[in-house]
Order: sequence, then C-alpha cells, then structure tokens
Amino acid sequence: MDLNYSPEETAFRDEVRGWIRANLPDALRDKVLNYRELSKDDLLSWHRTLAKKGWVAPFWPKEWGGTDWTVVQRYIFEEECEAAGCPPVVAFGVRMCAPVLLRFGTDAQKQRFLPRIYNGDDFWVQGYSEPGSGSDLASLKTRAVREGDHYVVTGQKIWTTLGHYGDWIFCLVRTNANTEKRQDGISFLLIDMKTPGITVRPIVLMDQGHEVNEVFFDEVKVPAEHLVHEQDKGWTVAKYLLGYERMGTGRIAFSKRELARVKDMAGKAMKNGRPLLDDPRFRDRLSRVEVELMALEITNMRFLDQLRGGRAPGAEVSLLKIKGTEIQQAITELAMQAAGPLAQAFRPVNGDEGFDRLTASLFPRYCNLRKATIYAGSNEIQRNIIAKATLGL
Amino acid sequence: MDFEYSDEQRLLSETLRKFLNTGYSFDARDKIMKTAAGYSDDVWAALAEMGILGVPFAAEHGGFGGTTVDMMVVMEALGEALVVEPYLATVGLGGQLVARGGSEAQHTRILPALIAGKLKMAFAQTERGSRYDLRQVSLRAKKAGDGWALDGEKCTVLHGGAADLLVVSARTSGGDSDERGISLVLVERTAPGVKVSEYRTLDNQRVADITFTNVQVGRDALIGAEGAGHALIEEVVDYATALVSAEAVGAIKYAHDATLDYLKTRRQFGVPIGTFQALQHRMVDILISYEQAKSIACLACVKVDTAAAAERRRVVSAAKIKIADACRHVSQEAVQLHGGMGMTEELKISHTFRRLTTIAQLFGDADHHLERFAQS
Repeated sequence: MDLNYSPEETAFRDEVRGWIRANLPDALRDKVLNYRELSKDDLLSWHRTLAKKGWVAPFWPKEWGGTDWTVVQRYIFEEECEAAGCPPVVAFGVRMCAPVLLRFGTDAQKQRFLPRIYNGDDFWVQGYSEPGSGSDLASLKTRAVREGDHYVVTGQKIWTTLGHYGDWIFCLVRTNANTEKRQDGISFLLIDMKTPGITVRPIVLMDQGHEVNEVFFDEVKVPAEHLVHEQDKGWTVAKYLLGYERMGTGRIAFSKRELARVKDMAGKAMKNGRPLLDDPRFRDRLSRVEVELMALEITNMRFLDQLRGGRAPGAEVSLLKIKGTEIQQAITELAMQAAGPLAQAFRPVNGDEGFDRLTASLFPRYCNLRKATIYAGSNEIQRNIIAKATLGL
Repeated sequence: MDFEYSDEQRLLSETLRKFLNTGYSFDARDKIMKTAAGYSDDVWAALAEMGILGVPFAAEHGGFGGTTVDMMVVMEALGEALVVEPYLATVGLGGQLVARGGSEAQHTRILPALIAGKLKMAFAQTERGSRYDLRQVSLRAKKAGDGWALDGEKCTVLHGGAADLLVVSARTSGGDSDERGISLVLVERTAPGVKVSEYRTLDNQRVADITFTNVQVGRDALIGAEGAGHALIEEVVDYATALVSAEAVGAIKYAHDATLDYLKTRRQFGVPIGTFQALQHRMVDILISYEQAKSIACLACVKVDTAAAAERRRVVSAAKIKIADACRHVSQEAVQLHGGMGMTEELKISHTFRRLTTIAQLFGDADHHLERFAQS
C-alpha cells in the first residue's frame, strides 16, 4: 500500500494540468466557477475538445477510444478537470449509454453510435423515471408495441435531465404487460428525439432553474434495430447501467474544489472581527466534512481499484453515492452559511451593476443540490441495495 | 499509489490471525484478563516467537524494519481479538521513543531484549492536569551528581505496571507548559523512589499512576538531547495514534460482523430482525463507517512514514477525528442492534464497545483533534 503519487503519476498530473491550462477557454471556466448555466454548446464544445485529445472516455476499451489509464490516473484526470473549472462531460452518452452498448449492443449499434458519442455529435439523455415510477422503477408503464419493423412508443418520462438538449434518448419501455414478474417485459430502446410524436416540457425547480423535463411519447415510431439486447430483457440492461450511473455521483474531485472554495469564502467573511474560518463552531463542522471527504477519496480509489479487470460496478458504488452526495450537500450548506445575510439576494431588480453573482448563486445551489440524495436511486434505495447485495439481509 | 496489502503483509495477517483464532478466543482472553498480571506471559512469548514484537524495528536489532502499514496489519488483528497484552505501550510507544531518539548504546541494550519478549516498556507522559497537551509536563528532573533526580507524578500510564522499563517525560527547564525544556528519561520500574499504583480499566487493560520521589538515574538515561524531547514525543504519539486508528478498524470490523450475524439469526415477530428496513439501514451505516474508518487509517499509517511534520499532524488529526466518530457510532449502534444482549458482560460485543469507547479518547478525542486539525 502506498497512498503517495509515484513520479510517473506526478508527471501525468503535470501533463494534464498543462494541457487544460492551454485548452480550456477562460469564458467557459468562469461560467463553471461562477455556477452559471451551461448551454448545450458549452457542454459539447468542451466534450469535443477532449475528444480531439483522446481523453473524453478514458474508461472505454482501447479499441473504441479508451486510454488504458490506471484508476489513479483516471482520478488524477478528474481531479485536475474539476480543480481547473472544466465543464463536466455529460454522463448520459459516455458513461451510461456507451457501457450498455459495449456490453449488450450489436456490432451495427456499436459502429453507429459509439463514435458519435465519443465525438460529441449527439447529445444523449436518459428516459427512466415516470410519474408513477420513481424508486419503484420496474413499475414503469410507457409501452412499446411491435408493429412490423418498428416499435410504437406511447407514454411519459419525467425528471429527464437536460432533455431539452437531447438529440437521442435511451428509454426503458414496457413491451409485455402480462408477465408474472414486473421486471420481465421491459425493453431498452434508443430513440431519436426528432421523431414525430415526442414533446419535451420543462419542469422548473425551486432554484428557478431549467434542468429537468417531462418527455411525452405519442405513438412514436422507433425502428426495431434500435432495440438493445433482447426484447423483454431490458431490466438486465437497466441494472447494469444503474451501477455506471451511480459511479459518477460520488463527485469527490468536485467536492474537493468546492470545499476549498468554502474555506476561501470563510477566510474572507468576518465574524466578531476575525475570519469566520477561525470560528470554532463553523470550523468544526467544516473540518468534519473535510475529514469525511479525505476518507472518501481513499475509499473511492480502494473500491475502483477492486473493479479492475472490467467487473461491472455493484453495491460499492452505492456507498460512494451515499457519502459523496451527503458531502456535496453539506458543502453547499456551509457555503450558504459562510455568506450569512448576503446569501439572500438572488436577482437584481434594477440593473445588475455591482451585483455579486457568485454570492447570489449559493442559496439556489443549496436548493439544487437537494437533488443529489434523491436522483440515481435515492440514498434510501442505495441502503436497500447494500443491505441486500453486500450484507445479505 | 497502490491500495492493496502486499503478499508479505497478507502472510503476516494470516499468521497472526491463525494464532489469535486458536490461542486467543474470547474465553481464553477472559481468563487472561482475570489473572493478577492482567496479561499472559505465554501470549507475549508467542508474539515474540512469531516476530510480531519486532515488526517495526531495524533488522540489526533483530526486527523486520517494517513500515507503519505493516503495523496496521498487526493492529487490525489485535483490535479484532481485543488483545489486552501491552503491545501498543511496548512496541508503539516505549520502543519507538528508544528506536527513534535513543543512542547506539540504548538501542543495543533495549531493542533486542524487547523484540525477544524479555523487556516490556511504557511511556509515562500524561499528568493529572495535562489532558492531551503534550507540552504540559511538570514532573521535574534536576541535575544530581553525574545524572538526574526525578520528582513528580504521572497518571494513567498505559500498562505502566507491566513495564520493566519506563520512558518518562520530565521537565529539565522552562515553565510547566513550555514546548522547550522537556526531556525523555529511561527509568527502571523497580528503581528506588518509583511507586506504581495499578488500575484495571473498564475495557480490561491496565493503567498505572506512578509517583517519582527523588528517583536517581545516570547520565545515560537521557533519550536524545536535554530539553529537546517534545518533537520526538509528538512524532511518536502521532505514530501511536495511527496505530490505535488501525486497532479501532479491527474492533469496528468485529462489531460489524457480530452485529450483522445477530441481525440474521435473532428472530422476533416470527422473522429474523434483519428483515426490518429500519435496522437494515442502520446496519448499512455501520458498514459505511467501517469503510471510511479503514480508509482514513490507511492514510494515517502511510503518512506517518512519508510526510513531513506539518502534513503528518494534519493527517493524523484528521484520522483521529474520523476514527473517534466511527468508534462512537459503531459501538453504540452495535449495542443497540444487539438489544439487551449487547448490554451484557457475557458477549464480546460489550467488550468491543468499551475498547472502542476508550480508543475514541486515547491520544486525544475528536474535539482535541478538530482543534489541532484547524491549526495545521
């Protein structure tokens, strides 16, 4: 065991850091670090920059563009990207659809979709949740009826993150309503969002932002060749994918950057004539979060290290999700608290001269991050998974 | 970076665990802790025989030159079995002060005997008013002839009664809370003027209050330079803190396993209580605490060997904060989930509860280390 970077790892870190410095546009970085909304172009332009360098999907197999990096290198890369304020690589294509295609897709599907995912030609989104199917995902009702060489899809998806940017959506649909187990009779379909019959409606969240959507399907014709794996066997695919979905939710490198920013803010905010950072009440709560994050950084790498050799992530990512999201939320709470009364101003009414946009973003971010313990399987569902899969309860 | 134990470390773990599983059952431990000495000479000899007493010491003295990660392997196993022998006091504290700060002559005189199991040690540091402050030393050592004379008191010295040889922190100059002016002095436990009052602890280890009245030692009793002991004390206490963090990880592992087993076998309302979601989620949180404690203990054990003093302080305090919190969380939950049985002397879980409670405060509780972490 050695938890210090080797000289090779340090050299790799320097290489990544240098490349980002040379290639990340200032305007984009400022948007990220000031918590401004990122447009589809913002997200895809950075995706394409990484793709050109060959770094957009490090964990893919080498033949499809993966980098063969070690777990440590991947973490270093992630950490450098977050620290520098790079936009995120949206997970739905690279981290979710692609692993599914690599595991279950036909050669034709791989050839058609993987290069486009890699290059950022298509913006992928995820169609899982429905109004009546949240934690109980297998109860989903959106139905797909086979008619000749097509499926006809009718129903509704909800909480579709960035659905308004989507070019393609991967969906779980019910192809058989008469099975004994509800998990049987579900299929995994790839759907072009330009197909007639699809309507996307925004859902505004309590931070006033537009991030999630409802997606309606009204007799949408989907070519049968866009079925992944076998008909009625989509649950196998769904479970495989959920592990990958959760893998990205710990966001440890992101939390490290955010924690450093809170420290910075609390070092500047004053209380009783001295920095808030030196106030023992505030500092103790901050330190406990910092220590939890230090531990999680190691836990994360210990677990990922165990996944070498291509085993799909299992219950261990549930643990990372639980702790990682708790930490993310705690940091937004500390940040808002560091701003004190100044955290109240949200939007200027009479022109924005002198308006402190960064401080104004702290309260909505605190609100927004409540999602983290709910999405990708609520933290209660993650505990159910660990109880069953790891503990055998 | 590398997150696995090496083959040698796995072998060390297997050897020690095999011995503890057969020779250190809960019943065997019960008999040992009820003896007059409170530990077993046979077990101590066996630990020497297996080389466990020599893990961190240099090969030239008969040790293995092991890293703190090697010691982590040992401490996890000792923690899981709730070993009551004075291993931490001898190998982790007294022996370390000699190995790191002692002269050639002291090395030769002490370390081979220690490694062979013929010499036990303790570190007499804490005083009644010092809490966890390593600078607070009022026991005095005054020049007397060619050597020194010690006067003062130490309290709750870990395994002070079992020790043949004590390392005593003594003030040779300055005020009671000055960083400078603290010296480390070797004193035979049976030397004239040394009075030892031994106590059982609730977790079945031993501590001692020790009074020193005009205790005469020679010039060669000093470890390191006169008045410059503080840095070495802090280094060794940080080392020992990393070790008890690893010991806690082992005890937490036991609490986790025993509680999980209990949830699967204890039946109420016609079903195993582990089928209840309210208990499942609490069991998952125990697992999370275990994994997080293990990670931070790894970090501490790696960094005490490789980091400069400032980073070492920061990481060790971080570890102790997390370990203290995990000790409290897991021990309390383990008793709660065991119900009434968890309260009983009869079950190992209550002994584990007590050991974890002690470790939570050993070498500084979470509050102490939160303060130190914030300053580092």
